[in-house]
Amino acid sequence: MDQKIEIKDLDLFYGSFQALKAVSMPVYDRQITALIGPSGCGKSTLLRCLNRMNDLISEVRITGRALLDGVNIYDRSTDVEGLRKRVGMVFQRPNPFPLPIYENVVYGLRVAGENDKKTLDQTAEKSLKAAWLWDQLKDKLHQPAISLPLDQQQRLCLARLLAVEPEVILMDEPCSSLDPIATAKVEELMLELKKDYTIVIVTHNMQQAARVSDFSGYMLLGEMIEFGETKTLFTNPSQKLTEDYITGRFG
Amino acid sequence: MKLDPKNTQRAAVAVLGSATLLTLTALIFIIVFVLEKGLPVLNWSFLTGAPQDMGRAGGIFPAIAGSVALTVLAVLLAAPLGVGTAVYLTEYTRESRLTAIIRFGADCLAGIPSIIFGLFGFILFVTILKMGWSLLAGGLTLALMILPTIIRTTEEAIKAVPLSYREVSYSLGATRWQTVYKVILPNALPGILTGVMLGVGRSLGETAAVIFTAGSSLRMPASIFDSVRTMAVHFYLLAREGISAENAYGTAAALIIAVLSVNLLAYWMMNRMVAKRT
Repeated sequence: MDQKIEIKDLDLFYGSFQALKAVSMPVYDRQITALIGPSGCGKSTLLRCLNRMNDLISEVRITGRALLDGVNIYDRSTDVEGLRKRVGMVFQRPNPFPLPIYENVVYGLRVAGENDKKTLDQTAEKSLKAAWLWDQLKDKLHQPAISLPLDQQQRLCLARLLAVEPEVILMDEPCSSLDPIATAKVEELMLELKKDYTIVIVTHNMQQAARVSDFSGYMLLGEMIEFGETKTLFTNPSQKLTEDYITGRFG
Repeated sequence: MKLDPKNTQRAAVAVLGSATLLTLTALIFIIVFVLEKGLPVLNWSFLTGAPQDMGRAGGIFPAIAGSVALTVLAVLLAAPLGVGTAVYLTEYTRESRLTAIIRFGADCLAGIPSIIFGLFGFILFVTILKMGWSLLAGGLTLALMILPTIIRTTEEAIKAVPLSYREVSYSLGATRWQTVYKVILPNALPGILTGVMLGVGRSLGETAAVIFTAGSSLRMPASIFDSVRTMAVHFYLLAREGISAENAYGTAAALIIAVLSVNLLAYWMMNRMVAKRT
């Protein structure tokens, strides 16, 4: 299996607080990798390292490497905007812009300079179809996105991301504001998207990690305690700490 | 003595309610008083006619034109500068001692009496830069006067735009500037407009700074190098020099109606913008 991303000895400091401690981990191409662990363990921070969203926070210092297709994304020469087009993100809370549905979906294309109406229309349709929204939304593309129910808003955010054709999708607890039925739908969608995209998901929900992911990493206090195939990690963890967490004795 | 919570509640409602009532009464009294004295003078020929005999007779059209021209000029100068500064301070710099000093400076400038701005404008624009009493000198002075307000209200409006909009925009590969003009400015626009309207109101009502820098010529201005008289200045001179109390109130009524309509227009625009974006 090819490694899409390889994280090597990554340290991250918020001021003097060390939030990630020498984390190393592979992310395999067109597989779903889950990051699990209790609150504050650094899993969201690690996720945000992969598209350099932590750059937006002042007083963050990062050492170590994260290779995307063999190239370190923390190189000085990295085109950060270009990186974020390749490594996209779905956030914890659905966050559509206060714009019509259509304008939300084509936002990434517009900032990339695409203005051709036909291309925009085609991409909007393709992306909404890929997020299983086209049938419900095709007749109300010009209605405000904020008026949609939460689960459709979240899949709209996914469609907005798919429109820029990323290679990797980072998901930061994408289902935490959704009900179980909507969650099941997103999970089903993830398994479908896995055919074309590499997915990394941060989740609080261990069952979710067990259901959808191929690989899992268990983090605790900024350290990667154990990484491996999900079925191994959940049935036969090699570390006592992992076992305590997944059996519910801790966390 | 122990206070019964129900009685303190009643007392609070009474005190707060009468404070509100008192404020409203004062406001309504001023408007009614001015309109009552001024409205009988207001008619089409008063609004569109040229003043005669220093304003004892005739209309106030040059003063209306002066108010409009001076305010538009001041806002056109101050709005881009103020919004630009606010965007720079909030989106392009990290909080530091320097930004804190700039902010403190802006707050201090906003509190300086307008006559000081007038004196400064007179020395710099009218005298040193040889603009004379003119629309240009007055516009520049008023622009400086309203700039701090525009900067601070715009800053607050920009800070109120949810962080998540910025995050999404960056995560989709947008640059800082794309995020500013596609996401932040459109969402902050109602708040920015509030700051601009405060500036419009201050410019329309200003007298001291205007007399020092734009003069008080009663003729129609033909260019930005001509002196103008605004409605506020016209009212002041008519009343102060005892030229015509009647026409002074007529001018005041026109000024009040102008300020109210500008505010109503802005209010309507803001509501439309907010409705369009949700």
